[in-house]
Amino acid sequence: MKVPDLQSEAVLIQMQKARNKSVSLLWLIFRYILIIGISFIILYPILQQLSVAFKDKMDIYNPTIYMIPVHFTMENVRYAMAVLNYWPLLKNTLLFAASTTFLQAASCSLAGYGFARFNFPGKNILFTLVVLTILIPTSTLMVPMYIHFRAFDILGIIHLATGKEGINMLNTYGPSLITAAFANGLKSGLYIYIFRQFFRGMPAEIEEAALIDGAGGIRTFFTIMLPNAIPPLITVILFAFVWQYNDIFYASLFNSASDLMSIKVSSLPADVNQYLPGIMGIGTGTNVKVDPNQVSMIVDTGILLAISPLIAMYLFVQRFFVESVERSGVVG
Amino acid sequence: MNIRRLTLTQKRSLLGVVFILPWLLGFVFLFATPLFQSIHFSFSNLKIAPGGGYTLDFIGWGNFKNALSVDPNFNRILTQSLSEMAWNVPMILFFSLFTATLLNTKFVGRPFARAVFFLPVILASGAIAAAQTSGLIQLTGSSEVAKELGQQQNGFDPLSLAFTLSDAGMPMWFIDYIISAVQRIYEIIKSSGVQILIFLAALQSVPISMYEVAKMEGATAYETFWKITFPMVSPLILTNIIYTIIDSFTNSQVTTTIYNTAFQAQNFGLSAAMSWIYTAVISVVLIIVGILVSRKVFYYN
Repeated sequence: MKVPDLQSEAVLIQMQKARNKSVSLLWLIFRYILIIGISFIILYPILQQLSVAFKDKMDIYNPTIYMIPVHFTMENVRYAMAVLNYWPLLKNTLLFAASTTFLQAASCSLAGYGFARFNFPGKNILFTLVVLTILIPTSTLMVPMYIHFRAFDILGIIHLATGKEGINMLNTYGPSLITAAFANGLKSGLYIYIFRQFFRGMPAEIEEAALIDGAGGIRTFFTIMLPNAIPPLITVILFAFVWQYNDIFYASLFNSASDLMSIKVSSLPADVNQYLPGIMGIGTGTNVKVDPNQVSMIVDTGILLAISPLIAMYLFVQRFFVESVERSGVVG
Repeated sequence: MNIRRLTLTQKRSLLGVVFILPWLLGFVFLFATPLFQSIHFSFSNLKIAPGGGYTLDFIGWGNFKNALSVDPNFNRILTQSLSEMAWNVPMILFFSLFTATLLNTKFVGRPFARAVFFLPVILASGAIAAAQTSGLIQLTGSSEVAKELGQQQNGFDPLSLAFTLSDAGMPMWFIDYIISAVQRIYEIIKSSGVQILIFLAALQSVPISMYEVAKMEGATAYETFWKITFPMVSPLILTNIIYTIIDSFTNSQVTTTIYNTAFQAQNFGLSAAMSWIYTAVISVVLIIVGILVSRKVFYYN
């Protein structure tokens, strides 16, 4: 019988340890390079816009300047604000996005709870239909929705009462608010899905205890379930707010003439060309043109002004957001 | 029917219906009705009356024929966005899984890295992106120059990478793929925010004990990834593929074409037909992908 060579075995293990260590060190360095690189790619456009926003006209022709402007000025910001009519526009957009977000969160959390915790005939078929609302492209419903809200009428009640063709709701906030309140707004299916997954994971004992203590179903929902559903609430509120704020599809379908940030930003280049000469006081008319480089600077500044409320909000909530996504049970 | 006479189960199910009632009403009036109307429109010639109503003439398959054989652009745009999707989905999927694993490990500055990586979820938007490109076009006067300028600003030379890779003996199609991925890294990052979130949530739900066992058995990080992490998150790969496909379609040129057909060309019937062709194509893609992927997916229960 051969005695195992303990000496060489120990050397082998040590070598393996050293190898593992160097591999993990290499991986660590590689990881940091990747993370820093990707972060840079993400942050670079924002930094560039920040730099442009405070640059003087002179500085764009100076190739030695990288990022940090030499002639620091607020001129671009002032012009961009004037073209956008910034503060009233911001107030309007925030109010609009906040109200649709509130309605979405309310209606979708109710529906999500209903699907997660109750048994009623046809439940699975109805939930399949929720998934269907996620899958059907919005452009399929576009024309009927447009016609529907152009002459808004529920079951012909208005037609019966007044003999008219219904109310024209286009260019009001009505269509967005109505669709949000009835859980069929922008990406509502996804929010219902998120809420359902979360509520399914809650222990049944909580509800049973509430029931025995005499709380009805609706009271249980508002006093027990909803306060515990903070993670999905944060996720849904953030998504709903941001997507509504940025949405161009429904906004141009229903509100093409209204004061909404996304509409104004998408027409910003044209607007700058049109209004800037007047604002700068060099005259009006089709022949008066501003330096195209300056137009581009002001467009960039305008975009920065448009996204800055979102970035500010994100800085506040991002910690809760990332944590909440992990716990909100997107996974199920 | 007296509500007090119902059994507890019946009361519960009634309550459940009460909870989903807002959605149900919305679904019937704001989703199902427009959906059927849209089918109806696609077979008709729709004229909008100035007062608020509209008139319909039934014309059968005419709109579909128009969309597929008369309209000069629709076919091209549809196939183009299909091939773009086939190109993008694997890249986004790979990138988001990789990033999620990266962000899931503990390292100094992780909260900051996470905050930065999810910033694109906030900023990726049609309106802002559109204004950004048109701002650049303004500056240079033409879209071609703007494109070139954008690539130059990358400060990256794809040729040298191509030579390195072909020296390493990689097949040509793979080199093409890698280079296009590198050049469009910003786009890929921008469209993979939600997918990273989903994968990250999946990674968090893998039981830690599994990793402990693997470590005790002496598995390397590479083995651990392929034997534990990958199978455990594989159900979410399907979710993410579906999400990515839908997302890439909603931001595609086809949607713009359908919109313009309806509201600029005022051809509502044709627009409805286009959108139904589009829906059919997406459904076919989703069904095929769903069947193919769900065969490979591992469910842990």
